[in-house]
Amino acid sequence: MSPGILGKKIGMTQVFRPDGQVVPVTLLKAGPCVVVQRKTPATDGYDAVQVGLLEFAKKSRHTKPMSGHLKKAEAEGVKFLRELRLKPGHGDPKPGDRILVDEFKPADKVDVIGVSKGRGYAGLVKRHHFGGGADTHGSMFHRAPGSIGASSFPSRVFPGMKMSGQMGSARVTVRNLEIVRVDAEDNVLMVKGAVPGPNGSYVLVRRAKR
Amino acid sequence: MQTALLTKTENANKRTDIVDFRPGDTIRVHVKIKEGEKERLQAFEGTVLARKNRGTMGETITVRKISFGQGVERIFPLHAPVIDHIDFVRTGRVRRAKLYYLRELRGKAARLRERE
Repeated sequence: MSPGILGKKIGMTQVFRPDGQVVPVTLLKAGPCVVVQRKTPATDGYDAVQVGLLEFAKKSRHTKPMSGHLKKAEAEGVKFLRELRLKPGHGDPKPGDRILVDEFKPADKVDVIGVSKGRGYAGLVKRHHFGGGADTHGSMFHRAPGSIGASSFPSRVFPGMKMSGQMGSARVTVRNLEIVRVDAEDNVLMVKGAVPGPNGSYVLVRRAKR
Repeated sequence: MQTALLTKTENANKRTDIVDFRPGDTIRVHVKIKEGEKERLQAFEGTVLARKNRGTMGETITVRKISFGQGVERIFPLHAPVIDHIDFVRTGRVRRAKLYYLRELRGKAARLRERE
């Protein structure tokens, strides 16, 4: 049993359960993946595998050190690499081993990690769901933050104050998503609910931590 | 390639056996109902008020009927397996896509002329 798999977000749709219930699902093109490197407590101080997603990748896109690293596991064609911690029960994967979607079963729980859609430098209304002021009726307060603290005491702004800034484009984990269907033929994983990032972005699918 | 996989799964789950109808038409929807172990069909006959999200997996229809003087509306996901089949009953000539105005009309005023 592998600790996880890498994939690409295809898009969302909905399917029906046998009892007729509608389930919103995200389709992920997951795997085939290769174990590129095995990290052990003896050599690295912890137990993990480095996994690579096999898809078309131009050879010249890799640096020489990277090509040599991939060659060791005969994993040429890998574009997206991630590391997964190994726990008891995950078995003992060797470099060169394949990870396919059929290791996942419907009703399994997974965590999906991706990079959320970037919103740029966003204001408080969008970033922190502030109410904002009235647009009309003589109001001169529209989308501004308002007061960010008192005056001479404490003479500073408290850390963690909600302010405008970069929103999105950050690593986001969605925990405990249910696997609805597995299509081993097309390497497609159907996961219940939404997954961070735009369609076509890379995601890491990990067996649920809790 | 990504979208091709999406259309593939959608086409596998979409239903192609549904008859063609438009808002204003009268249809009879046969719904599968489970009673304990047994399964039977229940018909719901009424006017189609709206057809939403056409062409997608999430397509729904709103059907309205008058039951014992009380207006009843049901919204069906068109691709749902609970729908056994749909019978076409009557056409209706209407001039808009969403017929929510029929909710305000009673009796004779709520009639629809047949389409040629």
